[in-house]
Amino acid sequence: MNERPDAVLTGQAQDGRSGPHGARLLHGWYSTGGRADLAEHLHRYGPPPLPPGHHPATLLIKAVEEAGLTGRGGAAFPTGRKLRSVSEGRRPAVVVVNGMESEPASRKDEVLLDLAPHLVLDGATLAAAAVGAEAVHLCLPRTRADQVRRLTAAIEERGRAGLDRIPVQVHALPHHYVSSEETSLVRWLNGGEARPMATPPRPFEKGVDGRPTLVDNVETLAHLALIARYGAEWFRSTGRPDAPGTTLVTLSGAVRVPGVYEIPLGTPLGSILGTAGGAAEPVQAILVGGFFGSWLPAAPAAAVPFTKTDLAAAGAGPGAGVLVALPQDACGLAETARVLDYLAAQSARQCGPCRFGLPAVADDLIQLAWGRPDSALIERLHRRTGQLPGRGACRHPDGAARLATTALHTFADDVHHHLNGGPCAAAGRQPVLPFPDAQAPQDEGWR
Amino acid sequence: MAMTRTHRLGIDRIACDGRGLCAELLPELIDLDEWGYPIIRDTIVGDDLLTHARRAVAACPVLALRLDRATDRQ
Repeated sequence: MNERPDAVLTGQAQDGRSGPHGARLLHGWYSTGGRADLAEHLHRYGPPPLPPGHHPATLLIKAVEEAGLTGRGGAAFPTGRKLRSVSEGRRPAVVVVNGMESEPASRKDEVLLDLAPHLVLDGATLAAAAVGAEAVHLCLPRTRADQVRRLTAAIEERGRAGLDRIPVQVHALPHHYVSSEETSLVRWLNGGEARPMATPPRPFEKGVDGRPTLVDNVETLAHLALIARYGAEWFRSTGRPDAPGTTLVTLSGAVRVPGVYEIPLGTPLGSILGTAGGAAEPVQAILVGGFFGSWLPAAPAAAVPFTKTDLAAAGAGPGAGVLVALPQDACGLAETARVLDYLAAQSARQCGPCRFGLPAVADDLIQLAWGRPDSALIERLHRRTGQLPGRGACRHPDGAARLATTALHTFADDVHHHLNGGPCAAAGRQPVLPFPDAQAPQDEGWR
Repeated sequence: MAMTRTHRLGIDRIACDGRGLCAELLPELIDLDEWGYPIIRDTIVGDDLLTHARRAVAACPVLALRLDRATDRQ
């Protein structure tokens, strides 16, 4: 069915694989300025290079391993290793495409699904072939009804063109912060609530219908779709040898042109903000990773390359590719207090540390930002924050603790001023970080 | 580097509702936070504490505490 040579097999060089600024996933967008419909997608890339017959695409798994692709949803786990584990399960596998994007400061999955939906769907179909899956589920937030409608139509169109061996089923899930966690998706697809589950077993061992389940972020699968066409060597030709390829980032805060951009991994944070037109006003700190992320002081952070290793050395992680530039005249403590309050309200309320610890940490931060902090507050806040990591079924308490801890460190001067002089003037200004309208989930709101 | 069989404490955090019996029966390894939920100081259970650990696991009213066999480097 596929007459184009499989570039993974041939290693054949092709022109025009990368667009302006080295963009790959957003190449089509840069060349046409519009959404890629199926005709445009097929013109640019051809059909997904599925292996002949129904043999599992072991060559694709090998190519993804050699490419060094890592998950773009936040955990940055090696995608090839996950593909291999799932493919080696004893029962037929299931593929779950995670387009939930519950991180309020991230827009990249929404943008990718909007501009290049067929790259994501190609990736889903190719991954399904690679692991020998018998079902493919695309999980989208219920709050994005237009997106659900467009993707459903795109999948029907692909069905008429005979592109997908296994039809992709679209699902609209509750859009709470922890509903994008992989065990939440599995639990919901199994008829339950979109709340995290205790592990082990992890989904790759036992997921949807008890089968080995590959849960991958939409961007990860789009990269996979290009690796299947152009090969590992091509994928590694940008980025850094230890962090190859490009990644989508969402840039906001005090930058001139906020938005979603594609950058080679390893680009220093300062240059990344430069792609968004640079700082619109003096920047005091950068939030790296999102609401689960870390606050880094602006000056040293600018030189840190965007890779998992370099960010870890600086006390941060790539998360879902979120960078927010905090202007000098904003209050980092007020921003952090609002995020902690949001994360506490958004917890699944299943585990003690989230039910009691998070609201307590949020209250302490609110007192610190806007109230009259008592003399024991800082010690109490450090103790409560330190007790959160590793004590939930999922990583929700870990992420919240990381943000709070890095805030106390990065905004240490502000902590001192707030303790001694009360709230600063900036604590009353408009929030820099975006917040969704979503209300805190009610008990019935998880299904 | 010798490989020995050891035991490891684990908690199902969703099942746990903070009754606190585990910390009473195994204070050597388990503390409670200010709301009564367990903090495991060390997940590895030495032979000297194995009997106490088993008792704590058996006493958990919601079966949230467990003891897993684990192969560990020592």
